Amino acid sequence: MKVERTGLTRRALLGRAVAAGAMAVTGAGFIAAPDAAWAMEVSVISPAQMVSLMQMARDIYPHDQVPDRFYAVAVKGYDAADKKALIEAGIAELDAAAKAQGHADYVSIGWEEDRVKVLQAVEKSVFFQTIRAGLVTGLYNQKDIWPIFGYEGESFSQGGYIDHGFDDIDWL
Amino acid sequence: MATFDLNDDSVVVIIGTGAGGGVLANELAQKGVKVVALEAGGRYLPADYVNDEWDSFAQLAWLDTRTTSGDWRVARDFSGLPAWIVKAVGGTTTHWAGASIRFQDHEWKALSTYGAVDGANLLDWPIDGAEMAPWYDKAEAKLGVTRTGDRPGLPGSNNYKVFEKGAKALGYKDVHTGRMAINSVEADGRMACHQTGFCFQGCKWGAKWSTAYTDIPAGEATGNLEVRDRSHVARILHNDAGKVTGVEYFDAQGNLQLQKARIVAVAGNSFESPRLLLNSASSLFPDGLANSSGMVGKNYMRHTTGSVYAIFDKPVRMWRGTTMAGIVQDEARHDPSRGFVGGYELETLSLGLPFMAAFLNPGGWGRGFTTALDHYENMAGLWIVGEDMPQLGNGVTLSDAKDQHGLPVANVHFDDHPNDIAMRNHAYKQGIAMYEAVGATRAFPTPPYPSTHNLGTNRMSERPEDGVVNKWGQSHDIANLFVSDGSQFTTGGAENPTLTIVALAIRQADHIAGEMSRGMI
Repeated sequence: MKVERTGLTRRALLGRAVAAGAMAVTGAGFIAAPDAAWAMEVSVISPAQMVSLMQMARDIYPHDQVPDRFYAVAVKGYDAADKKALIEAGIAELDAAAKAQGHADYVSIGWEEDRVKVLQAVEKSVFFQTIRAGLVTGLYNQKDIWPIFGYEGESFSQGGYIDHGFDDIDWL
Repeated sequence: MATFDLNDDSVVVIIGTGAGGGVLANELAQKGVKVVALEAGGRYLPADYVNDEWDSFAQLAWLDTRTTSGDWRVARDFSGLPAWIVKAVGGTTTHWAGASIRFQDHEWKALSTYGAVDGANLLDWPIDGAEMAPWYDKAEAKLGVTRTGDRPGLPGSNNYKVFEKGAKALGYKDVHTGRMAINSVEADGRMACHQTGFCFQGCKWGAKWSTAYTDIPAGEATGNLEVRDRSHVARILHNDAGKVTGVEYFDAQGNLQLQKARIVAVAGNSFESPRLLLNSASSLFPDGLANSSGMVGKNYMRHTTGSVYAIFDKPVRMWRGTTMAGIVQDEARHDPSRGFVGGYELETLSLGLPFMAAFLNPGGWGRGFTTALDHYENMAGLWIVGEDMPQLGNGVTLSDAKDQHGLPVANVHFDDHPNDIAMRNHAYKQGIAMYEAVGATRAFPTPPYPSTHNLGTNRMSERPEDGVVNKWGQSHDIANLFVSDGSQFTTGGAENPTLTIVALAIRQADHIAGEMSRGMI
C-alpha cells in the first residue's frame, strides 16, 4: 500500500484514515493496522505522537520479521499522564532535528537510513535514552516475541533440555 | 532450629549467608559453636526460583542503591548496578554458575611471580597452595565438584560442542566440560543436572550446590544455627578495649535491633563488607573498623572479563543445557610473552534473549545490533575470566547516597589497568579465532557485565600495614572480628572464586573453633 506520511495534523487525522508505515491513524485517539490485526487507543498523547513513537521503536530496534503489534505493546505505556511532557517535548525535538536535516518531520521520512540520521542527532537526549532503554525490556521481554527469534525459554516444566535437544547439534 | 537471645553474648554473629558466610555458619554449627547468621535478603528455595531472566532478577538480585565511578563501561551503562549479585539466603551461591577450580600455585604469590607492575598494588598471599590443598579437598567434596574425586564430568551441550571444536582447532589441549559444583549424578540428596539452563536464576532441581539448600539447613539441623533473614546490619559495635561486642541491624519490620556477640564475621561480599566496616566508624576507629592500614575498601578486583558471542550459518541453541559447563585452561598460565602478567580461563556462557538484548552491546541500537539478535538461535558464547590487577584507586567508598535505612551506600570505583586491557584484548582475539575456526560468520567482543566476581576490598596480608586481615581472615586490628568472603582475597587468580571462598571458610571455621576452645577469642 502507499505509504502516506505527510499531513499528520489533527485535522487530517480526524478527516481521514492516514497510513503511517504499516500503521494507520483511523480516527481520534485510535491507531490500527491496515489489516485490522491489532489496534491501540491512546487517551493522553496524540495518535500522531504514538505513531512517531512506534516508528522510533522500529528504527531503534528494527526486526523486519517482528510485527508492529509487539512494538505497540512496547511503547503504549508512554500514553500516560506522567509521561506526556517527556513525549511531547521529545517528539518536538525529534521533528526539529528532522527539519534541520531538510525533512518535513521525522515520521514522514521514507528511508530508514535517513530516519536513523535524525535519531543519531538526538541520541544523547533523555528522551531518546528513555525510549531506547525501555525497549530493551519492553520489546525483548515479551514472551510471545521469543519464538520469532527461536528462543525457547524455560524447560523446567518439561524436565529440562536433557531429553529435549541440549546436545543435538548435527552440523559440526 | 535454634533461636538465640539478643543479649546472648556467647554467639558468633555472621553477616551474610553466601559461599563464605553460609559455609562458615554451618561448619561452626557442626562443631557445636552457637551462630546467629544475619542475612539482608529473604529466603528462597528451588521451588521458588523463576526460570525467567528478568523475573528472577527482580526476585534475587541485590537492587538496593549503589553508585559507581571510574572508566569502566559498567559505570556508564549500568550506573546503579555495579554488580550482578544476590540478596537472599544463600547469597550469590543461588546465582553462580558452578565453576569450581583451584588457584594455581603461583597465583598465591603474584608479587613474587610477576614482579612489581606499574600502577598495581600486588602482594603475595600469606598462604600458599600447599597450605590450601587439604581445604580445597574438603571444599570439592562439600560442593560435589565434577572431575574431582570419583565424580564424572557433565555431558557437553551444543554450546560446549562448538566451543570444544574451536578450541581444539586452535591447538588448545586442556578443554573439557569443567569442574562444576553441579551434580553429574545424584549425590548428597541432590538430583543430577537436567540440562535445564537458567543456572544463573537458581537451580530448580537443586543439582547445583548452593548454601541455601545445603549448608544452611544442615547447620540449622544441628540446633546451633539461627538464620535471621531480611535482617540488614547497620553497624558493628565495640567496647572501649577495642573488641567487637555485637551488631545493630534492621529487622524484617525495619526495627533496629542489637544482637550481642562474642565474635563477628563479615561476609556480605566485596561491596557490603567494606561498606559495613566503614559505616561502623567510631571515635576509637574514626576511619572505620579494622582499617588502621587504610586498606578497607581498597584494591577492588572484579576479574578481567568479557564475552565473545559468534553467529553461525546453522542453529546452535546455546541456551539449552548447563550454562557454564565448558572450559579452556591453556591460557590460564603466567606467560608474559603474551603482553600481560597472569592468565585467563575461557568458559562457555549463554544468555537468554532478554538478557542478550541487555548485555550484548549495552546502549547499542540500529541494525548493527538487531541483526545480531536476529540470529540468536545460531549463536554460541563464551566468557573470559582472568586475573586483574589490584589497584589502590579501585574500590568501595561511602557514597553521598543513602539506602532505605538511611545508611550511606557503597560507591564502587573501577578503572581498568593496562594489564587488564591487554589480557582482555588477547582473550577476545583467541575467543573469536576459536569460533572462526568452526565457521562463525560474525563475532562480537562483548564488554564486561556488572561484576559477579567481587574481590579484594578487605585483603589478606602478612603485615598489618599491607592489608585488613591475617592469614585466617582475622582482622589485624580486632582479634574477634573476621572477614569471611571474597573481600579477603589478596589477589584474584584466574579462577572463578567460589571454591576458594568455600575452602577459606572451612579453614577459618576450624581456626575460630580452635581459638574459642583455647580461650583466645
